[in-house]
Amino acid sequence: MFQLKIIVCIKQVPATSSVEIDPTTGVLKREGVESKMNPYDLYALETALRLKEKTEGSITTVTMGPPQAQSVIEESFILGADQGYLFSDRKFAGSDVLATAYTLSQGIGLLGEFDLIVCGKQTTDGDTAQVGPELAEFLGIPHVTWVREITEVTADKIVVKQDLGNSYAILELPYPSLLTVEKDIFQPRLPSYRRKLLTAGQQVKVFTFSDFIDHNEQKYGLNGSATQVERIFPPLTKQDQTCWEEPAPVVAEKIYELIKDRNFI
Amino acid sequence: MAVLVINNNRCNLCGQCIMVCPFKAISRQNDKIEIDAGCKMCKICLKNCPEKAIGLIDERRTTVNKEEWRGILVFVEHLAGNIHPVTIELIGKARELADAVRHPVYCLFMGHGISQQTQKLLRYPVDRVFVYEDQELAYFRVDTYANIFEDCLRKVKPSIVLVGATSVGRSLAPRVAARFRTGLTADCTTLEIRANTDLVQIRPAFGGNIMAQIITPDARPQFATVRYKVMTPAQQLTIPRGSIENCSVSPDKLKSELILRQVVMKEELPGISEAEVLVAAGRGVREQKDLALLEELATLLGGQLAATRPLVEMGWVHYTRQIGLSGRTVKPKLIITCGVSGAVQFSAGMNASECIVAINQDRNAPILAQAHYGVVGDLYEVIPLLLEKIKGVRETNAL
Repeated sequence: MFQLKIIVCIKQVPATSSVEIDPTTGVLKREGVESKMNPYDLYALETALRLKEKTEGSITTVTMGPPQAQSVIEESFILGADQGYLFSDRKFAGSDVLATAYTLSQGIGLLGEFDLIVCGKQTTDGDTAQVGPELAEFLGIPHVTWVREITEVTADKIVVKQDLGNSYAILELPYPSLLTVEKDIFQPRLPSYRRKLLTAGQQVKVFTFSDFIDHNEQKYGLNGSATQVERIFPPLTKQDQTCWEEPAPVVAEKIYELIKDRNFI
Repeated sequence: MAVLVINNNRCNLCGQCIMVCPFKAISRQNDKIEIDAGCKMCKICLKNCPEKAIGLIDERRTTVNKEEWRGILVFVEHLAGNIHPVTIELIGKARELADAVRHPVYCLFMGHGISQQTQKLLRYPVDRVFVYEDQELAYFRVDTYANIFEDCLRKVKPSIVLVGATSVGRSLAPRVAARFRTGLTADCTTLEIRANTDLVQIRPAFGGNIMAQIITPDARPQFATVRYKVMTPAQQLTIPRGSIENCSVSPDKLKSELILRQVVMKEELPGISEAEVLVAAGRGVREQKDLALLEELATLLGGQLAATRPLVEMGWVHYTRQIGLSGRTVKPKLIITCGVSGAVQFSAGMNASECIVAINQDRNAPILAQAHYGVVGDLYEVIPLLLEKIKGVRETNAL
C-alpha cells in the first residue's frame, strides 16, 4: 500500500457574494458580512479525503489570511484533515494573485515532501482561478486545472479527466503535482458531530513572514503584487431602456414587430 | 515594503480607525492601536483618522523600462488546428489597443500541422505570427505550452499579452505570468490603454456584483485573459499585410511531465454560446412541461432554449444550457428571458447580448432594469400570443 501526502489549499471568503459598494468612499462594505470556507474548496477537500481513504494517506490543509482565517482550518479538521497551517502576517496584506501564490509556495515549502496539492477551481470573492496554477509554477511542479474525475491512482501516478469546455483530456501526472478540481467531482460530506468533539482544541499551526526562507519583502503583500486595483464600481445597468406595461396582446404584438424588424423572422 | 504605521504620539485612541476598518483588522491592545494580518491595505483608516496619526510608508518596487516592451501579443488557441473564435476577438481588441499607442500586433501560434491555419490568421490585422511547429505541441499540455510561451515572450518582449479566458487559457496564462513575475488579470470584460502603455483592465468580481479596474503599473508584460464573446471579432483584411516567422526551440523545452492519454470530444450538444437567438427560462416557468412553449419559440426564431441555474438544479434543463457565472457566458443577437428575475449571477452571463427582451410579472424584478426591452407581463399570456402571431404570419406567407 502506498500513502499519499496531500495538501489542500483553502480560503476564507465572505459568506455572501452580494456585497455592496459604499457610494461615497468607493470601497466594499464588509461590515456584518460573515465569513465561510470558499465553497469550491469543499470539493478539493472531499477529493483529498477520498484519496486519503483509498491510500491511507494524510491531509494537510493550508490557508493564508488574517488570524480569524484559522476557523476554516478548524472546519477542515472536522471534515477529516489531519493537520493545518495558517500563513498570516501583516506583510502579506494587499496580496494579489502573484503575491498570494508566492506566499503559499513559501509556506508549503516548509511542510516537507508531499505528493499532491488539491485546490478548488476558484474562490467566490476573487473568481480568478489563477492561484492554483501560479502556485504550481512557483513550486516547479506540473498542474492540471478543471479536473472532473480521478480515473486512476497508483503509487507513482495519478490519472485525471480534465474538462476543457468542448473536450475532455485524460492526463497522467507524476508526483508531486497540483490539481484544481471542478465542483461536483465528489459530493462533499457533511461535518460530523463526533469529529467536531474529537478535533476540538486541535492546534492550527501558524507561519509568519519570519518563518519563511525568502525574506525579500519585495515579493510579498502589496509590494509583491504586480497588479493594482485602481477602483471598484457597481456594474452598469442598461441605457436606452424601453418598458412595455400593457395588456398581453399589445405586448405580444410589440415583441413581434421588434423581432421582425431585426430580421429574426 | 508598503505598510501602515500608527504614530503613537499623535494617536488619542479615539477608535475611529477600529470602526471604519472593513476587515476588522484594527484593534486596541492596552494603550496602543494595533493593525493585524487582516489588513488589506485599503487605507480607509488613514483617510478617516481625525488626528492624522496613521501614515503610509511606501517603498515602491523597482519599475521596468516600459519602452523596452513593445507590441500586443495574442495567444492563438486551437484544438487540433481549429482556431478558437476567441482568438479573432482578441486580435480585434489587440489591433484597436495597439493602434492607440502605435504598437504592432503579434500572434503566437503553436501546434502541429498548422501551416494552413497560419495563412488564415494573416487575413486578420496582425503584423507578425510567430509559429512553433512540433509534434509535441499538437495538443495543449500546460508545461510544454508554457515553455514555448516563455521562449516567445523573451524573444518578442511584448508590452501586453492577451489570452482567451477559456479553459485552456485560464490554465496556461497564470503559469506563464508567474514565470515572468508579472500581473495577470482574469476574465476581463473591458480593456483600454493609456499613453504610457498601461493596460486598463476591467473585470467582474464577487460573482459579478462588483466591477474592478486593474492595472499592472510596474511590471511587463501585462497579462490579461479575456472573456469569450465579449469583444468584437476583427474584420478580415482585403490585402494581408502580416508576416510569418517560424521559430524553433531546443528539444528539452518540449519535454512534458504530463502524459496525454486521450482527447475525448464532448457530444455535440448544440452550444448555447454559439446561438444567435436564445430563449431563457427562469423560475417563472411553473412546470417542466411548460418549457415546450419556450422551446417552440426558440425553434421558430432559429435559436435555442437556455435556462437559469434553479431550473438546471431541478433537472429540468441540461447543465450545458445554463446561462450565468456557473454556466455559460452568452452574447446572442437576441435573448428573450421568460420569468427570469435577473440575479447578478445570471445577468453577468448574458448582459453583453445585443438585444435583451425580458418578460416578467414583477415590475421590480432586476431583469427589467438590465433589459433593452422590459415587458411587465405574464409569460403564460404573452408567449402563446406571440407564438400564434409568428405562426399565423408564416402560414399566410406560405399560402
